[in-house]
Amino acid sequence: MSRRYDSRTTIFSPDGRLYQVEYALEAISHAGTAIGILAKDGIVLAAERKVTSKLLEQDTSAEKLYILNDNMICAVAGMTADANILINYARQAAQRYLLTYNEDIPCEQLVRRLCDLKQGYTQHGGLRPFGVSFIYAGWDPQRQFQLYLSNPSGNYGGWKATSSGANHASAQSLLKQDYKEDCTLEEACGMAVKVLSKTMDSTKLGSEKIEFATVGQTKDGKIYHRLWSADEIDALLKKHDLAKDETKEE
Amino acid sequence: MEVLLGITGKDFTLIAASKAAMRGATILKASDDKTRQLNKHTLMAYSGEAGDTVQFADYIQANAQLYSMRNESDLSPSALAHFVRGELATSLRSRNPYNVNLLLGGVDPITHKSSLYWLDYLASLAPVPYAAHGYAQYYCLSILDKHHHPDITLGQGIKLLTLCVDELKRRLPIDFKGMTVKAVTKDGVVDIQFDDDKVVKAA
Repeated sequence: MSRRYDSRTTIFSPDGRLYQVEYALEAISHAGTAIGILAKDGIVLAAERKVTSKLLEQDTSAEKLYILNDNMICAVAGMTADANILINYARQAAQRYLLTYNEDIPCEQLVRRLCDLKQGYTQHGGLRPFGVSFIYAGWDPQRQFQLYLSNPSGNYGGWKATSSGANHASAQSLLKQDYKEDCTLEEACGMAVKVLSKTMDSTKLGSEKIEFATVGQTKDGKIYHRLWSADEIDALLKKHDLAKDETKEE
Repeated sequence: MEVLLGITGKDFTLIAASKAAMRGATILKASDDKTRQLNKHTLMAYSGEAGDTVQFADYIQANAQLYSMRNESDLSPSALAHFVRGELATSLRSRNPYNVNLLLGGVDPITHKSSLYWLDYLASLAPVPYAAHGYAQYYCLSILDKHHHPDITLGQGIKLLTLCVDELKRRLPIDFKGMTVKAVTKDGVVDIQFDDDKVVKAA
């Protein structure tokens, strides 16, 4: 029955649904979890790396966290190949804005640009929608630190803490439970690893399984963003007693 | 012999433009307003080729307003100045470039810092504490150099402007029919009453 309505992105089913968009959302809910938490002095993004193998070269490429411009980063949940297209688009849009106005693009504007592109693929036929959700973390002078979530339908929203990917429902409820207004970036980092450890299959984590990034402000007011190194992630896990036992080999 | 003047102070930017609309040696109008408000906190004054000026200013104003409408926030004076520079630079390299000189001033909507930008038809852009375009440069920059201070109040700014305009009346060979004076503060753009009837005798 649904065959008649799900082969094209542009066609509504009789009960008013866009199946291709729903399938895209379904694809994302199988991807590794990504979470973002907004603190008063920064933002933390954390993501679960699904593909782990002893043979895989570590540290050579971020799989789920990307830098968009000088004051924005994002976490990806969904198909990495699709995400690369969108990230390239976002980076170009950000640089074009910088060229015209000599200022960094306001966060919401960049999010909206991406969402306009995503929306187009739910309406103009022949192609499938992008199978990616993004969690964006950024700063701009008007609204300071901001956290956004966008999905394949082209919808987006601003959040204090949010999640996407596998187990996002449980991650969301954990965040709802633990989130404190005006928490510091350090507290937010702790909360992020705790939530990730609960939503991921294994209780003991290692740096090869997660990626971590923060946006913050230095003492002299400059905005920085940083993708964490493996050692830093291990140190954080150890601090919160979530690191896997080094003595036991898997 | 159009006159454009700009002065920044502690919390304001003053912009003044001569009122005479000229064609050749004839004054067609003595109440011309050579300014455009781009958004709540930014004002632009223009001089140059008769048709080009209004066409270009309207185009910039429309783009600034479109941005404000789309994004529910205004571009800062700095962002607008760089946008205008970009437009002038593309125009300069086209078959029929705009011949427009501009002063763009305003107050940043977030930091409340005042700023003034000097632009010409060759698409040069310079942030300056005070500025003049055309022949007025020869007479006013020395006065502004001597008397300007970054922390002056609006009252002191208007006094300084009067000093400049008096000198122009004294030395410019053509009557420019007085000045339209506007100030940008954190509350927006306000018209400043300026005495145009004051007679200054040549030295």
